[in-house]
Amino acid sequence: MKIMSLAEAIARHVADGACVALEGFTHLIPFAAAHEIIRQGRRDLHLVRMTPDLVYDQMIGMGCARRLTFSWGGNPGVGSLHRLRDAVEHGWPAALQIDEHTHAGIAAAYCAGAAGLPFAMLRGYQGTDLAAANPRIRSVECPYTGERIATVPALNPDVTILHAQRADRQGNVAISGIVGAQREAALAARALLVTVEEIVGELPPAMNGIVLPHWVVSAVAHCPGGAYPSYAQGHYPRDNDFYRRWDAIARDRNSFQAWMQQHVLDSGDHAAFLASLGAAA
Amino acid sequence: MSEWTRDEMMTVAAARRLWNGCVCFVGIGLPSAACNLARLTHAPDIVLIYESGTLGTRPDVLPLSIGDGELADTAACVIPLPEVFAYFLQAGRVDVGFLGAAQVDRYGNLNSTVIGPYEAPTTRLPGAGGATEIAAHARQTFVMLKATPRSLVARLDFRTSAGFLDGHGARARTSMRGAGPQALITDFGVLAPEPASDELVLTSLFPGATLEEARAAVGWPLRAAAAVETVAAPTALELDTLRSLHARTREAHARPVRVPA
Repeated sequence: MKIMSLAEAIARHVADGACVALEGFTHLIPFAAAHEIIRQGRRDLHLVRMTPDLVYDQMIGMGCARRLTFSWGGNPGVGSLHRLRDAVEHGWPAALQIDEHTHAGIAAAYCAGAAGLPFAMLRGYQGTDLAAANPRIRSVECPYTGERIATVPALNPDVTILHAQRADRQGNVAISGIVGAQREAALAARALLVTVEEIVGELPPAMNGIVLPHWVVSAVAHCPGGAYPSYAQGHYPRDNDFYRRWDAIARDRNSFQAWMQQHVLDSGDHAAFLASLGAAA
Repeated sequence: MSEWTRDEMMTVAAARRLWNGCVCFVGIGLPSAACNLARLTHAPDIVLIYESGTLGTRPDVLPLSIGDGELADTAACVIPLPEVFAYFLQAGRVDVGFLGAAQVDRYGNLNSTVIGPYEAPTTRLPGAGGATEIAAHARQTFVMLKATPRSLVARLDFRTSAGFLDGHGARARTSMRGAGPQALITDFGVLAPEPASDELVLTSLFPGATLEEARAAVGWPLRAAAAVETVAAPTALELDTLRSLHARTREAHARPVRVPA
């Protein structure tokens, strides 16, 4: 049975030490799944995401991660991710290994992973210190022209987790709006877990909407509001004011821990998390 | 007391450099304001691309993030992110790329990665994002950055994005196809690369700014071009358009979001 509770899906598919990609480029960020991983106390994860965003700031600050593959680690339009910075600059709450790329590099690495290739090529990283800082960024000679082309190893997460607008009862998943590199991250993974706003009898026709067919989907969990404070096009907008307020919450270790305790750990599930924020507002 | 701020002058100066129909790869913050100001004034057919995959977007309010729903709602099309970087940017379909950074050097190279050593940084910055490949592939780039001796520096702590490398034609000898940074728009005026040396030199000052102020704000011995122009002050139309855009944006971003249940 593909459709299951979020708690069961995380328990079944996310193990300590796993390589996990929670994707969604600003849109459809799977916050509910991240919170459940935090509640279940997963440790030593290798987190992969183009933009760590608040979702990995929270997981890193709560001690879930040992390694991070990423390309842009800020709070968009606001400033720093303070928990990410604290981990890199001071090793709090634990040292964090960094595997740093550019957006184009990670996008290419997901494409290679999805296609079953060992590495991706791109015209990238030229004239920079990035390749010197990351030994995984290398190059090959084009066999036709002799040109040097940058390479990155394929990304193949143990599990990719997405949030989507809807799935049907068979487990087919539909996404619309900004799709980021979600399809590539999904098809690169060994297991795919998707939380959805709604489960429907039949998906609406969408000629060019992203549909992940049921046989590539490992688990679907019904989780309304599962992307909040990110957003789900057609359901609710991004809470830009919350992203601003996060700066003050996360700047200080104690206020961060108190917020996570009150809203995530003391809430049994995502509905309770959302209710706790409604009460606080 | 001036009737406009230096932030407004920077935004207006950047907007004026964009032409109707040009294809712009936009970043959040000042570049986003500049590109939309151009669209709402002299360049109604400008094509704005945000790296979230929104092509030809015409937002009514400025996005806080690079992927706000407003950008998708008003886009001509929304495409997967790998396609934006491969088929549009890498393939050479972008006229102007906008970049910001924590540090820029005299050859327009940029640092947005770390202050201090990479392995043990004193300040961990957000990192490259799309900047490295924008800097390489856009036909030209404009850099927007407020000037302090900590931002316009003699030596970068880390090179995240290539400008003219070590100058004197070094960039032209690489495989990078874009022409590199053609303007550094800062809060006292504009620097542009000098032919042959590729060094950024002062080409224009904002009204009220002086060469002495510029030199004090720059961490290398700033040279002035043979003729330094004074940029025309923002017009009433430019200021009204920009201020109402910011007012709409502030109102929209503060609007309470009903937590979905």
